[in-house]
Amino acid sequence: MSIFLVILKRDLTLAYRHRAELANPLLFFVIVVSLFPLAVSPESTDLQKIASGVIWVAALLAAMLSLDTLFRSDFEDGSLEQLALTPHALPIIVLAKVVAHWLITGLPLIIVAPFLGVLLFLPDEAMLTLIATLLLGTPVLSLVGAIGVALTVGLRRGGVLLSLLVLPLYIPVLIFAANAVNVSATGLDISGQLFFLGALLTLALTLSPFATAAALRISLS
Amino acid sequence: MWAFIQRFASPKHFYRISGKMIPWLGWTCLLLFIIGLYYGLILAPTDYQQGESYRIIYIHVPAAWLSMFVYMVMAISGAIGLIWRIKLSDIIAACSAPIGASFTFLALVTGSLWGKPMWGTWWVWDARLTSELILLFLYLGVIALNGAIEDKRIAARASAILALVGVVNIPIIHYSVEWWNTLHQGATVTKLDTPSIHIDMLIPLLLMAFAFKFYYATVLLMRARCEVLAREKNSHWVDTLVNPNPPSSAEGHSTNA
Repeated sequence: MSIFLVILKRDLTLAYRHRAELANPLLFFVIVVSLFPLAVSPESTDLQKIASGVIWVAALLAAMLSLDTLFRSDFEDGSLEQLALTPHALPIIVLAKVVAHWLITGLPLIIVAPFLGVLLFLPDEAMLTLIATLLLGTPVLSLVGAIGVALTVGLRRGGVLLSLLVLPLYIPVLIFAANAVNVSATGLDISGQLFFLGALLTLALTLSPFATAAALRISLS
Repeated sequence: MWAFIQRFASPKHFYRISGKMIPWLGWTCLLLFIIGLYYGLILAPTDYQQGESYRIIYIHVPAAWLSMFVYMVMAISGAIGLIWRIKLSDIIAACSAPIGASFTFLALVTGSLWGKPMWGTWWVWDARLTSELILLFLYLGVIALNGAIEDKRIAARASAILALVGVVNIPIIHYSVEWWNTLHQGATVTKLDTPSIHIDMLIPLLLMAFAFKFYYATVLLMRARCEVLAREKNSHWVDTLVNPNPPSSAEGHSTNA
């Protein structure tokens, strides 16, 4: 079996053994989204305007908070160092870990998002766009976030620093995705935004494993 | 000639050569500032639309140009340090970050001060202002990462990767006024066409741009020299620099009489 599948299976198995922890980013997502009607206004007219932005920002923060689990436990017990020492290409191993991470944290967000859309009175036309943008965007969040985690995994208090490093890089995804959902609610064409998100995904998919691998080697040295 | 270039990359020779360059760069910078500001604030004609308050352009535009230029210097010298492991490159990258962040902040603040009378608002979330703000965040991230890692060599390599990942923002800032409908005006100088600004306004702008560049060079060399001393503090040449007259063994004994 290729190293990609081996690592993917390993990470998914390990996550399965701590199933309860899978709910944490999801619950954070739901709670944060629920705070906005309480803080801003429960009126459907007001919530409709901010729905796409709120859901996307909450997804962003949930993705960022869940990033720590990507390398932390492997770093602490030394298996990350062993993975870096194998003759296999580290970018492939990294890609496998990121894919596993996305399946565990990103995919649940996408499944729950429509329900949150209903909570915030998101129009039905925008619902499909929300799922599409999340499908295209959350892998980018995992891939680009992996670069940030790789840079800070060796630090003692790297948590807040991680947000500082990773959030500016998330901003293009946020802008295009939230804009796409907003515009689709009015019925206009959003193919431009979706193509841009696809371009960001392609860019991240092809280049970020190399950056993450280089950052890991630096953190492990 | 190759040996001359290679010697410049050695911290010891860099310290000596930059020490000689700083007065030249500094006085040129001051001269350019005086001439540029006099030309720009007093001699340059009044704008037909904006009146006198357009003159903040002579600070705002050079600061913005420098914010992008310094980021490129930081990213490129970070890449050189990453690939060829040249210590001086790491030092240049680390010292450039705060200077670049200051230029970015200056560009944002002067732009805001200009926007209030002209656009009627301190801020607008259009593509150029937003991407310049993201540039500030990227600078702050690099500074934070550099400070968070104890070992300076590892810190330099980590922040080089971060700077390189963020370099994609620079063309976004530059082309933002072309790609999006922005409130910020389009490119007047940095484009493949004749500048769409009057020559009497363009000359002080270019003078100020050079003044800012010389300022960056002066301050960078000053900071880099301090950083070189700090990082090389255990080496012999720093020791002889700090203690030019080491106590000989005879003097050492004489105090124990």
